[in-house]
Amino acid sequence: MKNNNNFVFNAIGRKIPTNVNGKTVIPFMGIGKYLPEGNKHTSPISTCANFPSDGNKLLPTLKDSLIKAGLKSGMTISTHHHFRNGDIIANQIFDMASELGVKDLIWFPSASFECHAYLIKYLENGTIHHIEGSMNGSLGRFASDGLMKGCGVLRSHGGRYQSVQDGEVHIDIAVIAAPTADSFGNANGIDGPAACGSLGFALADSEFADKVIIVTDNLVVFPCIPWQIQGNNVDYVVQVEKVGLPEKIVSGTTEITKSPDRLFLAELTAKFCEAAEIIKNGFSFQSGAGGISLAVGNYFKEIMVKNGIKARFARGGSNKYLVSMLEAGLVDYILDGQTFDLEGVRSMRENPNHVWTSPFTSYNYHSKGNFASQVDVVILGATEIDVNFNANVVTHSDGYLLHGIGGWQNCLFSKTVILTVPLFRDRIPVIKDEVTTICGPGELIDVVITERGIAINPLRVDLIEKTKDSGLPIVSMTELKEMAEKICGIPSKPKFGNKPIAIVKWVDGTVIDTVWGVDES
Amino acid sequence: MKNQLGTAGNKGDKVRSDCFVSLEVTPSGGLQIELTSKVKTLYGESIITLCKEILVFFGIENAMLIIDDKGALPFVISARMEAAIKQLIYSEKEFLPEMLPENVYSTTRHQHRISRLYLPGNTPSLMLNAGIHAPNAIILDLEDAVAINKKAEARFLVRNALRSIDFSGVERMVRINQLPAGFDDLEFLLPHNVNLILVPKCESAIQIHQINKKIAALQTQKQMFRTVWLMPIIESAMGVMKALEIAQSAENVVAMCIGLEDYTADIGVQRTNKGNESLFARCQVINACKAVGIQAIDSVFSDITDMEALKQNVLQSKALGFEGMGCIHPRQIRVIHDNFAPTHHEIEYAQKIVSAYFYAIENGLGVVSLGTKMIDAPVVKRAQKTIELAKSMDFFFENQ
Repeated sequence: MKNNNNFVFNAIGRKIPTNVNGKTVIPFMGIGKYLPEGNKHTSPISTCANFPSDGNKLLPTLKDSLIKAGLKSGMTISTHHHFRNGDIIANQIFDMASELGVKDLIWFPSASFECHAYLIKYLENGTIHHIEGSMNGSLGRFASDGLMKGCGVLRSHGGRYQSVQDGEVHIDIAVIAAPTADSFGNANGIDGPAACGSLGFALADSEFADKVIIVTDNLVVFPCIPWQIQGNNVDYVVQVEKVGLPEKIVSGTTEITKSPDRLFLAELTAKFCEAAEIIKNGFSFQSGAGGISLAVGNYFKEIMVKNGIKARFARGGSNKYLVSMLEAGLVDYILDGQTFDLEGVRSMRENPNHVWTSPFTSYNYHSKGNFASQVDVVILGATEIDVNFNANVVTHSDGYLLHGIGGWQNCLFSKTVILTVPLFRDRIPVIKDEVTTICGPGELIDVVITERGIAINPLRVDLIEKTKDSGLPIVSMTELKEMAEKICGIPSKPKFGNKPIAIVKWVDGTVIDTVWGVDES
Repeated sequence: MKNQLGTAGNKGDKVRSDCFVSLEVTPSGGLQIELTSKVKTLYGESIITLCKEILVFFGIENAMLIIDDKGALPFVISARMEAAIKQLIYSEKEFLPEMLPENVYSTTRHQHRISRLYLPGNTPSLMLNAGIHAPNAIILDLEDAVAINKKAEARFLVRNALRSIDFSGVERMVRINQLPAGFDDLEFLLPHNVNLILVPKCESAIQIHQINKKIAALQTQKQMFRTVWLMPIIESAMGVMKALEIAQSAENVVAMCIGLEDYTADIGVQRTNKGNESLFARCQVINACKAVGIQAIDSVFSDITDMEALKQNVLQSKALGFEGMGCIHPRQIRVIHDNFAPTHHEIEYAQKIVSAYFYAIENGLGVVSLGTKMIDAPVVKRAQKTIELAKSMDFFFENQ
């Protein structure tokens, strides 16, 4: 699995390796240009005769299940981030793999959190070869310092589903931590002490992996209803004392920010949407989990109440604020990809109009149509945006890999994409000549909102026209960049080595950019 | 040489947009600089270049400098450096950042001072975005919001902030320290386009005269004669008794403010939301202001989470005759604006009165009447004031 050192420039002008972890990769060709043919990937034929007729697939321990699933060196192991920073299962899997002397595993999480910094020791001792999934915080820093054996692969939530469907990633063993399950393997996320809402990120894994293990601390008698994960796809079930840390599953992002500067940004974003006539009867919206995004939802609510407007649906990340809109009749449906607090979980359990979804429904490239492109407006963030609206969400301006892509790339297909960001963070300009890493092409990004001005993509003549007399501070990206530089000074660029430490995939599986190792010397 | 080690700034995990510098002048060895910074990759070189420039400016050729930077902007770094240097050497020189051209403007006697946002004078992170929240004014506070041991360094920071931060055109106020320390603050403010000085714990006209004398001297010295307005703060029983004397003490006193935390402490009672204990003081200040035609400004409301209580407080304040209130958090600004503003009902009624007034004049009627009510001249005057206020606050035409 050695990288050779051939590089090419892709359609957006970024230098990318042609071979990653021993596999040839396809350079980004442009949006909607890569149209693969052939059949989807599939999983081995299973036969019910090989499984207990009483449906009981329980094994005593997680270790037993890994051994029975045939854990061996070089395999790809998938886990999921439904428990966010309260996940404890991923770490245990690699504890056991290390004990068993297994090497060179590929970890394929749907996202990683700071709790997974624990795994650095297994990246160091060779248990894990590399990570294909987000590398947040300490893991990202470890990779940026060039310490990971293989090259990281960053994918969006939709891109992860695409890679499983078209066989780019073959999952050997999927371990799905489930808040509730029965011994047949039916599982859901809405009941139990570790309730987290949806289990959508594990859906592809349950259908495509060679072996599927369900781990739960809330075993119920068959049938486990609803079965977000179907037992028919599951090989083994393990009961543990604790499957996740509930207090960390819903922590952090569930309160509206109190920062006056962030509230200002959120309100400005809502005002823009009102002026651009996006907030109208029957519209749909999505905003993320961060403090600003939650606050945007609340300002939307004020505008909707004031003008007697109802939304047809909102895409979650759901939380108590979105639930209150659903229950007040301001929104007909919540289509929920992940649930950020217990109110969201309760609502999903009780309200048929609060619907759990997976990346297949929401974001999938290999689908007959794209949900994401039907959403009227999405409000997202970014670490950096360049004067051509290209944006970065994975690296910081000092070059370090610190975040995953999440659903960010997938959401760029919405009818209006707004990035709401401060003009600078402490002294670090967010609007720049060139971003460190391109995660999203500027042609998909319509509006950039900062506290000191709003820039509209020249491609969106309609938005420019609608907001020209709004009194909002509409400026150009170049003006925003100059404002940031006037306040902060012109930043130097980080020094990079010549080793790719990760690649960034576009939603179609092609490579849009490279994350380079940081050269601190 | 005064001290061995000069230090300035703030450090700690929660500190943002600031830095902590420790400086030691050494007998030899040139300039040794140790920089820890979260923006080292982006600005490390420019920070070191700036620090060297400042040291050389003050004639320091040998020194050990340690900077713990949390993303401080250049004007903050230079304020911290100058504060540390002046603990070690005596110098009349000042290392001044460029004065932004957009920061050179005057304000007027009668402009709105409905909301004034207090900004602690030694906390740069709270200053940077203050203007975007659109208060009528910002107050860089050298007095109660700055710890005793940080008073000296805050002056450099406030001076540099007046030059380098674009506060979006709002009135730039500074609250100086209680006299006599406040006299020394003035040297850091006057040439840097401060629009208004708040004089805390004011108890006599003499204090205002002394401040004006100092201002005049500094203006002559710097040859800069832009008007500086004054807003005395009445915060004691003596101040309340002298309210009229203070209000009419000088031509540049444009507003007077009451400070209730200190006042209630001075008279030995608890401050309550209802405010019975300070009713006399507030009325006295309001009447003194109205008697001489200046703005009467209410005390800050200190619970930043309770917007409903703030609203009630503002309505009560407005009903008594106050025309504005201090804010200690940007979230308070809107509540204060919205509730000092005339209500739709008030505007509508005022419009009817004024129309009736003009109708009477046009038709040569001796008496103005609205329905069956006779309208006296003062009622017309009040109605005109309401409409003027509404117009100037952009409320007037909103739903027309």
